[in-house]
Amino acid sequence: MAGEANAPLAAMIGSDVAHPTLLFVPQPRNRDMRFEFAASLAEVVLDYVRSRTQRSEVLGNDVVFLEAPQLLVPNRAGAAFVRLLGRSTRFRRTTGLYPVPQRVPTLGRWLTYLAERSEHPGSAAMLAMTEALSMHWASGQSALEDANLAAILGWIDPPDGVTGPEAAIAAEDPLVWPPAGPSTDPSFDNEVLAPAIRAYADSAPDSPRRMHALQTLERELRGQMEPTWRLMWRAVDVLRALPPGDTVEQRWTADRKDFSRYHNYLVMDGRPQARRDGAVVAARRLQTLEREQTLYDATRALDDPLVMANFRVTGEAFEGTVVSVERDRRVTGEKGRRITRPLIVVSTGDPMHLAVGAAVRSPARLGQEATIVEIRRLADSTLVTLELAGGMGRRAAPAPGTVPEEKDDITYTSAFPDAFRTPDLPPTELTPWTHGGPPQPYVPTEDDAREVWE
Amino acid sequence: MDNDTSERLRRLRGAVPAKRHNARTVAALTGNPGCARRAVLDAAGVDKEQLARHVGFPAKFGQSQFAITRGNAFEAQVKANAFAELIRLLRETLELELNEVGQTDLEEVGGNTSQEMRHIRSRQKLTGAAADGESTFFDHPLLTLDVGGNTVYLEPDLVAFHHNGKFHVVEIKSFAVIDDQADGGKVAAAATQSAVYVLALRRLLGDDDAVSDEVVLVCPKDFSNQPVATKVDVRKQLIVLQHQLSRLSRIEKLVGELPPALTFDLAAGDDGKPTRSAAALTAALAEVEARYAPDCLAKCEMAFFCRKEASGCTATLGINVREELGGVETVAEALGLADGSLIASDSQAEAAAMLRTTAEIYGSVTA
Repeated sequence: MAGEANAPLAAMIGSDVAHPTLLFVPQPRNRDMRFEFAASLAEVVLDYVRSRTQRSEVLGNDVVFLEAPQLLVPNRAGAAFVRLLGRSTRFRRTTGLYPVPQRVPTLGRWLTYLAERSEHPGSAAMLAMTEALSMHWASGQSALEDANLAAILGWIDPPDGVTGPEAAIAAEDPLVWPPAGPSTDPSFDNEVLAPAIRAYADSAPDSPRRMHALQTLERELRGQMEPTWRLMWRAVDVLRALPPGDTVEQRWTADRKDFSRYHNYLVMDGRPQARRDGAVVAARRLQTLEREQTLYDATRALDDPLVMANFRVTGEAFEGTVVSVERDRRVTGEKGRRITRPLIVVSTGDPMHLAVGAAVRSPARLGQEATIVEIRRLADSTLVTLELAGGMGRRAAPAPGTVPEEKDDITYTSAFPDAFRTPDLPPTELTPWTHGGPPQPYVPTEDDAREVWE
Repeated sequence: MDNDTSERLRRLRGAVPAKRHNARTVAALTGNPGCARRAVLDAAGVDKEQLARHVGFPAKFGQSQFAITRGNAFEAQVKANAFAELIRLLRETLELELNEVGQTDLEEVGGNTSQEMRHIRSRQKLTGAAADGESTFFDHPLLTLDVGGNTVYLEPDLVAFHHNGKFHVVEIKSFAVIDDQADGGKVAAAATQSAVYVLALRRLLGDDDAVSDEVVLVCPKDFSNQPVATKVDVRKQLIVLQHQLSRLSRIEKLVGELPPALTFDLAAGDDGKPTRSAAALTAALAEVEARYAPDCLAKCEMAFFCRKEASGCTATLGINVREELGGVETVAEALGLADGSLIASDSQAEAAAMLRTTAEIYGSVTA
């Protein structure tokens, strides 16, 4: 509800386009009703999470569920709202002041988990639909306008007889396409919602007038959400029509592993996530995110030539033709041994911005290291000399096919999966005193649970 | 401002009362200082909302009554019982030893609510306080600020707090601070608005040192109604604001270049609707150049009109696109440069080379 930090008004949720569950709060400022909403939402979400844990496989030392939960929300603000709802419910307790059913804090932990997981590059645990669409389509409008689900979908998949731009303009009319949340349209608030809430509040419990007020609220809120519900499923259809990238499976496995890990944690320990990360946790998290970002960018480029094209435009990758090969070149290595280090020269027309010494890889031969040793710029092309190492078999002479040949078309990129290397951080229990020593595990305080919620 | 310019601005506005600026519109003005259309309409006090509606492009930002109610309730709560809650917060935040604090309500002057009267009284009280140094809250003072040669009254819901010879601007906002973090965009907006007040207060007192460059932001804590105060350093916002105000295209010059008979008169006829046709007003708007960017959609009432007018321009795709395509005004031009059917001018050379490379590389991939 407008003006409140995190007062849920209504939600439409489900995993079947034909059967959404509508939840709403007749008086969003009422704390008890917020808890009731959270409890009802918890039933739907926790049932779904449980349904993802039915089958598992063994990967290494871990038992990993075959499925993981995925939450799709219309836009980034919706994802932020989910995170806050997780924050406001995960510290609740079943005893003491303001007791709630156990499923409310459990919901809070899962929503927080999904929100945190979604920050990991490549994770599909929680996606804002507008961003998922923007990754695959360029529209003719600004990024700001792309944040409107109806508008961006209008560009991508306009109704029959309407052009993309026309559909996008039509999508801006809140009477036709009510906002995709979490905020409602101000005119709807003022003209429809406020009188409906007032009618509810002014009627006696269980009176016919109250029943009528509830029906009005339900009808109006359903009317505000149903168009977005349909848009979400249309967006899902549009996305599913795309062929999946080769490394999608790999990324989903990472999501499944992490989901299984957190599921186990909730069973074994179950304390809620801290209000704020400690220094050590934050440092580790940051390092992980950086590594994952590199991996994600690189693997996407391997999956999709259009993503690679962007690296070529910015000069971080180049495509060209092999113009000469010194296949059997051997040099003396650091240990005094003779080692095979073929040289190849690639002629490219791309605006290559890499420097001598840069490590690159060819997507077609990821196991082979390549280092730029010389760059010669000609009038309309660039000659790049690369020294190759590895991936050529055990013998002195490279195995057939392991070194590119003249006239081969080849791509080299500086963004490849293991390009990001950082020194390992010490184990948590060995955190040096300079950094505050080993961090104390987070224990939720009484204050966290007693927090006022109205 | 000379008489000529005032007269011209009056004519531009026509026979209707002028629309007032507030801290929010001044802050927004600094966001797009190059827009002559906005500068002229604001300086003339034209009702942009009504104008946009009349020419068929109504603005789409209303405020929900829930948000207004919440904001007012929170402000009232913080100010209740002679500012008791606020005194406690300021004692902690500013590390002050305070027991009693006087207060001066500047919302009206003996039943007289005219802007001039209120401003004169605000000036008297504030300068008086600077002289005698007592701890006092000033509730709703009315300040003025010169914006592009035009005096703007600021109608803030702020409290200026004076203690030990120093004024502090206290801004009450109803967005929540959750686990010591608040929405970055809202904090930035609040900081810019507060900077407008700091600047106005400094100009009024004629003494920069008399007003702290740290403002106190009072917001609800976590999910409760309990207020929490945070000091926000607005030095950066002040520098930006002063810079933008000083280089705001001088209104005299802008107005001087417009056709003498130009007007945006929205005076209503007997049917309550503006007598001038939408077509006439649209033609008048075309006389004043706009500088549209997608950000305008959230800030300016005229944005939908300007967006339509700018369709086909690279600027409509966002500031980053416009900057990357420096010198390339339209999408058609960009496409022409990309496929080589247009020859780039000197100023377009860099953007044109980038466009050609991009077209070649993407073209080879999708072919």
